[in-house]
Formats: sequence, C-alpha cells, structure tokens
Amino acid sequence: MMLQKLRKPGFYFLGISLLIYIVIQVPLSLGLLNNYWRGIIFWGAAITMVTLGLNLIYGFNGQFSLGQYGFYAIGAYASADVTYRWLHGDTSGLLVVLFGSLLSLLFYALVAAFLRRFYRVSALTQFTYYTLVTIFAFWLTVQYLVPLLGPGTLSLLQALPEAVSRQIVFFVALAGGAAMAGISSFLFGIPVLELGSDYFGIATLGFTIIIKVLLDNTDTILPFPEMKGARGMIGIPQWTTWTWVFLSFMFVVIVMRNLLHSSVGRTILAVREDERAAELVGIDVASAKILAFVVGSIFAGLAGGIRAHDLAFLHPQSFNFVQSFNPLIIVVLGGLGSMTGTILTGFLWIFLLEGFLRLYLPPGFETWRLVVYPLILLLMMLLRPEGLFGQYEVPFLRQTFPSLRKSVQAEEEPLKEVAA
Amino acid sequence: MALLEVKDLVVSYGAIRALHGISFYVDQGEIVTLIGANGAGKSTTLRTISALQRADSGQITYDGKDITRASASAIVHQGLIQVPEGRRIFAPLTVRENLEMGAYSRKDKEEVAASMEYVFQLFPRLKERLEQAGGTLSGGEQQMLAVARALMAKPRLLLMDEPSMGLAPILVEEIFDIIQEINAQGVTILLVEQNAHMALSIANRGYVLETGTIQLEGPAKELAANPQVQEAYLGGG
Ligand SMILES: Nc1ncnc2c1ncn2[C@@H]1O[C@H](COP(=O)(O)OP(=O)(O)OP(=O)(O)O)[C@@H](O)[C@H]1O
Ligand SMILES: [Mg+2]
Repeated sequence: MMLQKLRKPGFYFLGISLLIYIVIQVPLSLGLLNNYWRGIIFWGAAITMVTLGLNLIYGFNGQFSLGQYGFYAIGAYASADVTYRWLHGDTSGLLVVLFGSLLSLLFYALVAAFLRRFYRVSALTQFTYYTLVTIFAFWLTVQYLVPLLGPGTLSLLQALPEAVSRQIVFFVALAGGAAMAGISSFLFGIPVLELGSDYFGIATLGFTIIIKVLLDNTDTILPFPEMKGARGMIGIPQWTTWTWVFLSFMFVVIVMRNLLHSSVGRTILAVREDERAAELVGIDVASAKILAFVVGSIFAGLAGGIRAHDLAFLHPQSFNFVQSFNPLIIVVLGGLGSMTGTILTGFLWIFLLEGFLRLYLPPGFETWRLVVYPLILLLMMLLRPEGLFGQYEVPFLRQTFPSLRKSVQAEEEPLKEVAA
Repeated sequence: MALLEVKDLVVSYGAIRALHGISFYVDQGEIVTLIGANGAGKSTTLRTISALQRADSGQITYDGKDITRASASAIVHQGLIQVPEGRRIFAPLTVRENLEMGAYSRKDKEEVAASMEYVFQLFPRLKERLEQAGGTLSGGEQQMLAVARALMAKPRLLLMDEPSMGLAPILVEEIFDIIQEINAQGVTILLVEQNAHMALSIANRGYVLETGTIQLEGPAKELAANPQVQEAYLGGG
C-alpha cells in the first residue's frame, strides 16, 4: 500500500515526460518543426538545467551565486573541445576529460581519507592539497596516458560505425564538460564555502568574469588555439538531438529530486533554514554547501555541452556577466525552492523572450531587454515575492520537508480547517 | 576520570580576550553549573566546547579524547550536545521536523521514535503542537523545543546555556524539574545560568566565572552559602 503510494507520482511523472518526448520527437522526425523552434526548445532545456542547478545552490541551499554561467561556459567549451578534436582525428580531448576527471576523483578520495585523520584542516590547506592532486591528475593524463592510449582509442573508435562512435564520443564529451564544471566548482568552493564567506555572491561573480576573460584569451594565454579566443569557436559538430536533450534533462531532474529527497538533501535544506542550528544538530555545514554547489555546477556544465552542440558555435560574449543574470531572474520568477517553478519558468522565459518576441517585435528590441528584465524582477518582488509558482511542486517532486515560507502559510491553514 | 575536562582555556574575539585560561571538569552523572554576571564568558565557554568558537590555547577533553580541534559536527556525533543561548530552533520547520533534525547525528535510527515519546512525556505541550512551525511557538515553548531537540540526539553530556532565560517563574520551575529528570536518566549536565539560586539548588557542584576567570568553585551547597556569592548573585541573601 505504502509502496504503491510512493510509486504512483513517479509513474505519472515518467509517463508524462515520455509523452512530452514523443510529442516533440514526432514533429521533429516529420520535419514539421523548423530549426528555429527546435533551437528554442533545446535552448529552453539548457537554460532550465542551468537554472535548476542554481535553484539547488540558491533556492534549496541558500547560497546566493552568480557563478552558474561560468560553469555553463566551462561545460560548453570543454565538451566542444572534445568533439572538435575528435573530428580532426585527435582523441586527446576525449582521453583528457575522461581520465583526468577519473584520476582526480580517485585522488580526491585519497586526499579526503588522508585529511580525515586530522582535526579541522584549514580551508586553504585543503584547497592546496586538492588543487595539487588535480593538476597532478591532468598532468599524468596529458603526459603519459594520452600518448599511450591515443592511437589505440582512435583505431578502436574508427573501427565502429560512425553513428555509434559519434554517440560514444558525444557522451564522453557531455560527461566530460559536466565533470570539468564539477571539478572547478569543487576547487573554487573549498576556500570560499569553507570559510563561510558572506561574500559568496561576489566571489562567484568574480569567477564568472574570470572565466569570460580566460575564454577571450583561449588562444593566447591558454593553449587552446582551436577555441579561437574572442573571435569565437567554430566547427563544433551539431550533434545535439532531442533524445540527448531529453535524457540530459531527465538526468538533471531525477538526480536533483532524489538528492533533495535523501537524508543528504535534508542537510542541504537545514543549512538554508539556519546554519547555526544545523551545526548544533551535527550537520557538517561546509560539506553540505560544497555538495549542493558542485552538483548545481555539474548541471550547468552538462547544459553547456548540450547548448554548444546545438549552436555549433561558441562565443565568450554569450557568457558575460550580464548574461549570467538570466538564471537568477528565472529562479526568482519561478520561485526559490521550487523545481516545478524553475522548469516552467525556464522554458517560458526562452519561449517568450527569445522565441516569440524576437519573431514579432521590431529588431531593436534586444537593446531594451536590459530595461525590461529588471522591471520584471521589480514587479515580481512587489507583487509576488514568492515567485510565480511559489513553492508548488508536482507530486513526484514534492518533498516532505517544508519550504522557506511555510511559517507564513501555517498561520492561515488552521483557519481554513475550521471553515471546512 | 572526568567526562569533560577543560584545561587552561583561552579564547579571544579579535583583540578582546574573553577567557583567560579557565579550568574545570564535569564528572559522569553530575549536574555542574557555571554562574556569573553578564559578559563573564559563560556562553563563550560553552561555544568553545562545542567547537562553535575557536580556542586560542588550552585543552578540552571529552570522554578521554582531546576534542579541542574537532569539528562541531564530530562533537555532536559523540553525544556532546548543546542547547544554545537564544534557542536556535529551525523557525520554518514544524515541531516534529525540528525534533527529527535533532536526531540527525544518531546511529540507532530505530530508537528515534522511542525518544520522541520520551520527549513528549517531558513536554506534553509540544505534542499538541507537532505540526506548528517552530518559529510561531511562544518563547517558552521554543525553549522547550530547543531542549527537546537536544534530547533527541541522545546526549551523554548536555550543555545548557541559560534555559530559564525569559521564562515566567512557573515555567522556570518546570524547566529546572525537567533538567533534574533528564539528569536522573543518566545524562550529565553542564548548566550555565543567570538564575544562580535555582542553578545552585539543583547542581552538585558549581563554578563562579568573572570576566573570563574562575573566581570560586566548590559543591553547590557551599557556594550557595558563600557570602561573596550571596552578595553578588543571590541578591545579598
Ligand atoms: N562574537 C563576539 N565578538 C566579540 N566579542 C564577543 C563576541 N561574543 C562575546 N563577546 C564578548 O565576550 C565576552 C563574554 O561573552 P559571553 O557571551 O561569553 O558572556 P556570557 O557570560 O554568556 O554573558 P550573558 O550572561 O550576558 O549571556 C563579552 O565581553 C562579550 O562582549
Ligand atoms: Mg551568555
């Protein structure tokens, strides 16, 4: 009985998701949906994934972050580099993201086990250790693994039919982009979050700006001439299909949902409600924050890979800090701490502002956007501070844990009961 | 061997030194009280034991282990629980959820329900308000919730920072009865209080803290009879 109750919302959720998948896949296959709208749907999905990540960090964990676009950019460029190199008969990108991140993970586990033997290791010491092993992991990969495994991997993949090898490469590229975003957020998060900084928002804004500057100079400061710096990276294969979009999107939604429903999720929420109280019941506040931050950034990195392989072109300007306010506006509009709100608002945002308005408004509208956005936000704050959808969740996503604003609602609810 | 032993503890806030090297101990099963005027450093002492504040020097030993540099969460996981000054409950969470969060550090999850029953016996009022948001409880009820939440962690040593603060006299009596009851169940208690009279009446031993140093110590009865203490903390006897 209990089990059935639990399974039902999940069953409906998956059913409806599959239905949506088919409803979009059929016209795509029949050529009824033009490239413009196809792009809008994919873009909506990517932005929504980025914003779900932000909601985890800001809405559910209470850490105001402007870093999402930085991680979105890392995911986009890293995955694009993998597929670009592959198209040029070079498997190094593939091997570097794969083994670099696997080795890093292994080393992180070792470092964590080692540091656990000491009491309260300072954040800077931790940061130093983790950064050093990351550098070591990637150095090992580039120096030894790539020359060792490169030719073999190439011939192995080339022996496969192109349709198969492409999917494998794309999968590694997407996962690699997400992993790069995860690793950078982890390294960035240790000093900033361990120190319990009040300036997390500013630090993440700084991070986004630094990433943008680095992207402008990928061909000069960084050793990636194929990214072409401020001129923009071209020649990325357009491999993103609706199936990849759908699978990535579902991955994000289900991972986030299950994380929030787990006991770890409770610690994430408890930290948002009251850090000091969380500490008093024995929650490791810094770990809870880093976890939410890393998972949220991984979502952004994955979205970056999806977006890059739909656009087939990347420009640092798409990741400047003004753009990075997009997910922030969406998460506030949709309601902090509501996955449903983020999903609906994310798609709506791209559909309306990038889809319809671009089609039907005069071309000069873009310049007005930065006037319109803040106005929308301002109105929102005045009229519906809890977001369009408040704390509403569809049953599958609904948590047993209450929301930020429950205390306000709790005062009204008993009255309703009496009336009924 | 003492359950908790604090040795030469020095703590400062920036340039201001709050504790000038205090030493004391709490034996298994005792109620020990730490009394002193506002700003004497009582809360600082408790916060440092719980690792919410860093010690400059000195040593804190709990259950035979040096916990001076342990993390706050590791300390809670060892059954050293604090009911902090000003309650610090999760305001948006319901009473039930607050209690459940209190049991976060426990390994014996099967017995959480039994602890919940025990807590309701001590605080029947909380049971009536299970689904009410913690922040909407009255001050006294919030204090009860804070104590109840700490008990949910199944403490071995309970640090209580002014549990009677802001309570009506009748509730103060109730809280002190409950402290004795908890102690009778085998929980060791380190009690910080402004209400020296009540604290000394239930404690085994006491320490008097003045501007970061321990001025007097001894069995609670002796301290209560001490003219200095009477003058300073018991309204001149
Ligand atoms: N966060 C802080 N920053 C700076 N100084 C502090 C801080 N917390 C406490 N102090 C100072 O340390 C001294 C001891 O404070 P503490 O809170 O331990 O006193 P207390 O004995 O608990 O007092 P009360 O009975 O009023 O709660 C005081 O002089 C106080 O001003
Ligand atoms: Mg105090």
